[in-house]
Order: sequence, then structure tokens, then C-alpha cells
Amino acid sequence: MNKQTILPIASADARPAVRGGARHARAGMSRRTALRIRTAAAWFFALLLFFPILWLGMTAFKTEAQAISTPPLFIFEPTLQSFRDVIARGGYGGFALNSLLTSVLSTILGLVIAFPAAYSMVFFPTRGTLGLLKFFLASRYMPGVGALMPIYVCYQYFGLLDSRAGLIVMFMLMNLPIMVWLLYTNLRELPREILEAARMDGATLADEFRHIVLPLSVGGIASTGLVCMVWAWNESFWSLNLSSANAGTLAWLIASYSSPEGLFWAKLSAASLMAIAPIMALGWFCQKQLVQGMTFGAVK
Amino acid sequence: MAYLELNHIEKYFRDHRAIKGIDLAIEKGEFVVFVGPSGCGKSTLLRLIAGLETIDGGSLHLDGRDITSLPSSKRDLAMVFQSYALYPHMSVFENMSFALKLAGVDPAVIRQKVDRAAAILDLGRYLERTPKELSGGQRQRVAIGRAIVRDPKVFLFDEPLSNLDAALRVQTRIEIAKLHRELGATTIYVTHDQVEAMTMADRVVVLRDGQIEQHGAPLELYDRPANRFVAQFIGTPSMNVVPAKDLPQLAGNVLPSDGFVGIRPEHVRLDTGGADTVPDGVPATVDMIESLGVETLVYARLDNDVRLVARGSERTRLHPGDRTRVGFDLGAVHHFDRQGNTYAAGSLGAR
Repeated sequence: MNKQTILPIASADARPAVRGGARHARAGMSRRTALRIRTAAAWFFALLLFFPILWLGMTAFKTEAQAISTPPLFIFEPTLQSFRDVIARGGYGGFALNSLLTSVLSTILGLVIAFPAAYSMVFFPTRGTLGLLKFFLASRYMPGVGALMPIYVCYQYFGLLDSRAGLIVMFMLMNLPIMVWLLYTNLRELPREILEAARMDGATLADEFRHIVLPLSVGGIASTGLVCMVWAWNESFWSLNLSSANAGTLAWLIASYSSPEGLFWAKLSAASLMAIAPIMALGWFCQKQLVQGMTFGAVK
Repeated sequence: MAYLELNHIEKYFRDHRAIKGIDLAIEKGEFVVFVGPSGCGKSTLLRLIAGLETIDGGSLHLDGRDITSLPSSKRDLAMVFQSYALYPHMSVFENMSFALKLAGVDPAVIRQKVDRAAAILDLGRYLERTPKELSGGQRQRVAIGRAIVRDPKVFLFDEPLSNLDAALRVQTRIEIAKLHRELGATTIYVTHDQVEAMTMADRVVVLRDGQIEQHGAPLELYDRPANRFVAQFIGTPSMNVVPAKDLPQLAGNVLPSDGFVGIRPEHVRLDTGGADTVPDGVPATVDMIESLGVETLVYARLDNDVRLVARGSERTRLHPGDRTRVGFDLGAVHHFDRQGNTYAAGSLGAR
């Protein structure tokens, strides 16, 4: 995030500094000033972008009264009361488990379907392959609410409403097109000659898949899986509409704090923080793996 | 029947006829080089033999067995790719043993075969490394080792030296030729470099536009090219070929005036005013001189604007712009008809 905000400012500011390079003393001065301005600007934008999360985090440690006070409080004595309340009300564990199961299982199921699909599209393309891929992408443009009615009716008919299986299938279907795309672009990086070499070495299609394609795609599969897991975890539209207390995910827990009982800012913030913390931690720890995944395919 | 026999092999890429009915018989133990300019179909032909492309017409027999539509994995051929195509996630040992492992060979036998190949290729110290940790030349040797351990019926090489630098290329070229002599394995080698073709091959197959222009021993192609294309493709610098009417002295009285005469640079002599005198030569002007130490190339222009290259082993006293006289070894002149085919009754290079 930081880098993205720094770059345009840096290039805009660096130009006058370079132009004044003839007069060394002043150039040095203005370069230092430019650097200070850039740093300040970077911090400003970074904080601006981070502010909602910061505010959420602060509110979670306030009392309900502090949370709604005007002007807003920046200095206060933190309390864990809201967290205690959320846990005391119960259900966090169940919702978290639902989130975990639906996001992990939908991702695994999706990978099992998407990987062979992407493999056949890369290595055995037909005339229709590119069109099909574009169609996949186009399906993501449709707003989910457009398909809500028929899906709801189907789910009702098959008894999938408010079931984990129902959400797993839904999340999987939701991510499937993008999974195929991500794996497709990843597999396309695999040098064709390596597969041909395996074929010359006597590998059947199954051998080739098992010994060459799969091990060389571990990075791509991992990064695709991670991204899709995050999306499934963060999903709220389908989980709010297709599930409730039984199979509901953490999104459902958060939403329940803006219910008829009233709006409890502090508890809502505490619940939200508890909902996003695990996935943020996962993302944080997997940064390295993600980058490794991207560079693993480089052969030369 | 020959060991590897190509009968009327055809390949189409959509409507483009890339390989136009090729017939070729390769004997056991032969080192055959496919050579030709880019786009001539040499790599495609190799890939058809390898089974990496499907054959659209004709048949392919190896050791008496029809392998025309057999998958690559069942053909018992090994291939060395231009990019080496090593398995990046496997060690050198695993790379070299992959085929044997798939074939279910006993691990002890695998170990023995890999060790033997590694010894031949001087790879013994690198068996536990991954391809990433090797230099280009070492990777190339692993690729060759991967082919050797399998003891295949035919070795296929697809421009294996083009990713190496010049010095390493010459060295590896010699190693491959030596290896072939030691193992006696049937080899098909594709290259666009006619020096590689000339130095390594038992037999050179010159391809152009999906067809065989001529095949034969390297010096046979050099001395008796079947046509103008082969004459100019084999040998550097290329043979001088000019319309017969521009050099009537070479055309003699047999060649029609719409034909062409060809003469290799080493058969063109220049008058340097010293010991080399060509009193009856054709007047010319020196355009450019390339002194390579061991030989000297002189580019000269006759007064009728015909350009020729002369190659001499002596250093020259000529300078660009000098006037000189050009003579020819008349016994070494090649005659081509209007279509470029070698012209002469009972020509040895007949197609």
C-alpha cells in the first residue's frame, strides 16, 4: 500500500530537484526538502488508507459510551469489555468454525475442479478455449443479487439453505472462474519443452501431471488457493442471504450487531476485529510464500 | 529395410504444407544432420520423428516397427532440447534417472547407469545439485546425460548448441561427436549452422521449404552440390554464383547462356602484383578485405559489376580500391541451369 502511494509523488517531486542540479548547494537542499515532502505525503496517504482499520481497532477497545461520544475520543483507557461481551453472547466459535470450514473446503474443492480445467486449457487448447475463458471472466461481471432469486429457490428445494455444504458450493462456484484464470496464467508459464522432455522420457499423461506439472505448479496453486480462501472468508452477500444462525459465517456474526436490538459500535467493532484478525494474520504470514509462489516458475 | 525409415512424411499446419512428402532412410549407428535455413522444416521433421507433432501423411518405421502414430513415450527415442528442458524441481541425478524410474528399473541399476553417464560427461560432482545451480554448459551435459542413461534407439538433438557461447559451442560440438563415436548410437541432429553439420555428420540432409534438397556425406555436398541452393548453403563464405553470360570464360561452350556458373572462393585467384600473377585474368577492383589471420577474404568487383569473393591462405598486399586481375581454377567450376539445378550430362550430384 505504502509503495503505491509514494511512487507518483516521488516522480512528480523528483523532476524539479534534478533540473536544479547545476547549482549543487541549492540542489542538495531542495532534494532534501523534496524527500521530506515525499515522506510526509507517503505517511499521510498511508494513514488515510489505514484510518478505517485504525478507527475500528480503537473503537473495539472503548466502552459503548466512549464509542459514540462527540467529539470522538482519541485518548482513552482501553477496555476489553466489548470482546468479553461478544464472547459472552456466545457463538463466536461456531461462526468462526463455519468461516474456516467454508473457506478452506470451498477452496480445496475449487482447486480440484479448476486445476485440471486450466491444465487442459493450456496444453490441449481448442478453438473455443479463449472464448470460454472470456465467458468465465464475464460471469464475474454479473451482480450476485441478479442470481439470488433462482439460487435461493434451488437451495430451498435441495435443502441447502443455512447449511455449510450449501455455502461451500456457493463460495466454490463464486471463485471457480477466477481460479481457472489464475491457474491458467500460471500454467502457461510452464515451459512446454519440459513437458515434451517428460513425454520423450516415457511419461504418460498421468505421470506428466503427477511428476512434472503438479510439483512445478505448487507455488501457483498455493497463491491461487490463498487468494480464493481470503475471498471466501470475507464473503458476506451469499452467507447473509443463504445462511443464518446454523451455518452462518463471521460475516453473519458482524451483521447481527446491527440488528433490532440496536447498533452497538464498540461490540460491532470488537466482533469485526475478531472476524478479520485470523485472515489478516494468515495473509501476513503467507506474504513470503506468495512471493515465492510467483517466482517459482522461473526456470532460466 | 533401414533402421529408421521415413516414407512420404507429410505435415500440415492448417493449410500450410510444412513437410512435403519426405523419404529418408537412416542406418543404425549413423550420425545424420538436418540442416537448412530457418523455416525449412528441419525442427518440424525432428519433432515428427519424436512424436511431438502428429504425422499427417506417410509412415515412419523404427527397427522394423511402425511407429507412425505411437505416442512419444512409446517410441524409445531420447531428445536433447535447445533450451535443455531440464526438470527444474529435480536434482541432476533425478533428472537423469527420471525415465528409468518411470520404466520401473531397479534402483541399483539406475544408480549404476546414472553414475556411468555422469562419469562420461564429467558430471559426477554435480549429481545432487539442481539445474538452477549449474552453468549453461553443465546443463547441456545433463540434458545429454538424460538421453544417454536411457540407451534409446535413436538420439535426437534439436539445435542443442545454440544457447552456448562460441567457445563452449566448439568444445561441446567436439564432445558430442566423440560421444557418438564411443557409443555408436544412431543420432539425428538438427542445426542451422552448416559448420556443425559439416564437422559432425556422417550424412548431411539439406532441407528447404519442407523438402530435401540433397543428402550425402559432408564433402560430397561440398564438392558436388545438386543445385545452386546447396552449393551456396554449404561452405563459408558461400560459393560465388553469377549468371553465365556475365562470366562467359567460365561458362564454356556447354552451358546455355541463361544458366549460372559457380566457383568457390578458394578457387578464385587474385593478381597481387607479386608472386601471384594472373596475366590472363579479368580486370577487377578490390572492394573490401577481411584478414582472418589463417586466411584472407578479398571482395572484388569486376568491371561488369559482378561481385566475387576470393579466399587465400596467404596474407595479401592488396588494399581496398586497388586494381587487380581475377583468375579461376577452371576445373573447379560448377554449372547450373536456369532453375538452379546442377548442369552436366551424368552429373554426380543428380537428384
